[in-house]
Amino acid sequence: MEAQFLIAGFGGQGVLLIGQLLAKAAMHEGMNVSWMPSYGPEMRGGEANCAVVISDEPIGSPLVTEIPIAVIMNKPSMIKFTPAMEKGGIMLYNSSLIDITPDRDDITAIPVDCNGIAEELGNARTANMVMLGAILKKTGVVTIDSAMEALKATFGPKKEHLLPINRQAMEKGAAAVE
Amino acid sequence: MGQKMLMKGNEAIAEAAIQAGCRFFFGYPITPQNQIPEYMSKRLPKIEGGCFLQAESEVAAINMVYGAAGAGARVMTSSSSPGISLKQEGISYIVGAELPCVIVNMVRGGPGLGSIQPAQSDYYQSTRGGGHGDYRMLVLAPSSVQEAVELTQEAFDLADKYRNPVLIMGDGLIGQMMEPVEMPEHKDRTDLPPKTWAATGWKPGCGRDRAVINSLYIDPSVLEKHVNHLYEKYAVMEQTECRWQEEMTEDADYVIVAYGTTARIARSAMRKLRAEGIKTGLIRPITLWPFPAAPIAKAAEHAKAFLTVEMSMGQMVDDVKLAVDGKKPVHFFGRTGGIVPTVREIITQVENLAKEGK
Repeated sequence: MEAQFLIAGFGGQGVLLIGQLLAKAAMHEGMNVSWMPSYGPEMRGGEANCAVVISDEPIGSPLVTEIPIAVIMNKPSMIKFTPAMEKGGIMLYNSSLIDITPDRDDITAIPVDCNGIAEELGNARTANMVMLGAILKKTGVVTIDSAMEALKATFGPKKEHLLPINRQAMEKGAAAVE
Repeated sequence: MGQKMLMKGNEAIAEAAIQAGCRFFFGYPITPQNQIPEYMSKRLPKIEGGCFLQAESEVAAINMVYGAAGAGARVMTSSSSPGISLKQEGISYIVGAELPCVIVNMVRGGPGLGSIQPAQSDYYQSTRGGGHGDYRMLVLAPSSVQEAVELTQEAFDLADKYRNPVLIMGDGLIGQMMEPVEMPEHKDRTDLPPKTWAATGWKPGCGRDRAVINSLYIDPSVLEKHVNHLYEKYAVMEQTECRWQEEMTEDADYVIVAYGTTARIARSAMRKLRAEGIKTGLIRPITLWPFPAAPIAKAAEHAKAFLTVEMSMGQMVDDVKLAVDGKKPVHFFGRTGGIVPTVREIITQVENLAKEGK
């Protein structure tokens, strides 16, 4: 089993966190994982992306160049990464902020109203967790419980009170792509 | 072994150094290694006897390393390619004065300021000395975050054992990537020689000679003797410190030689080539100097050909050719400037060799 993700958006949308939670959760489930961010002279609010590889074998390249699963949080990222999609790949995209669809008929595009659902929940900052819930539902790569464990470890005791709303966001995201 | 943590290569190296007793860090910022000084700046001031200092330049930083090493401290600096070039003068002095220290180079694309993306184009600089004069350094090339941790811890012991700098050569990918890590519990080695040479303050009647830290030998016959002594140490290193990993080389027609990041990509290519029925093996040098020539020479007895893969225009390939000694063809594939080769590209290279019967 090997799952490769490319997760992209703009800085502040929590795309790096989505990737880290996937990697941490899979690590706790006993898998080999790697998380590789784009790095460089990026400006605040500029583009951010990371590649996550989860495998039951030792991981070769931590980069994802032919993307089987793309998670796209903003429009520039959709334009940038659509050509790099593997044939038959899955693209989950944030339809709240993206008013176009990917220009490919050989991939499956799945809209997720991330910001809309997060605002309904009363916390716009959970839009990334809505997307994470959708990813978990569509790929089954780890369970929501494992992702929550990873989030708990990341948040630490100071932000523990935010765990319930983040779980709700994940569950809503999962329900949205059923 | 502790609990598994997801850590960035740079941070894991910094923590491993602290675990190994490193208490002094001098550096200057440069991408893609900034998490090493950042981590050290948080941790070292909180540790008794710990000192982090962001120097005014790379040249200053390496000379601070020189000073701390001369006083017998466990000391480290880190940088990336252009910064390592600036440190070369100091490194040469440190070797000349026979002092231990650990230097990390997270290599980026060059020449010049180049790019900030992963590269391996500092191989010549790392393995052939880099600064002026006759010298070598142990060069360790991790290919995972876990290995980076283990090699960093060991680097301090090796530096002390040989009184010589040890270079850890990674790249932007090893530094920036997060992978699961178990931080081994560090045990102080008891077989290391005491640092009787350290300049820790001499007083009349303190029972020892003055400790003189110096790399200047005006009399050529004295300098020649000194350099011969350094090369006696290097001969021991060549005999005892050479490390590599071999996979599926026994029956391999094609042997890929690659290190660091490139080796892990080559390993994926090897698996897929094996599945296609092309008998491929991998030799991964872990020490770039001393270079593991022996396993390559051995594989040359039965393999049809070698393919060296690097993130450079071809530097290690020279060492592979020396090891093969003309017995079999040695081919090269590389990407440079910050481009990481893909599994597909490596597969295509080997497939073409197999097709052409090379």
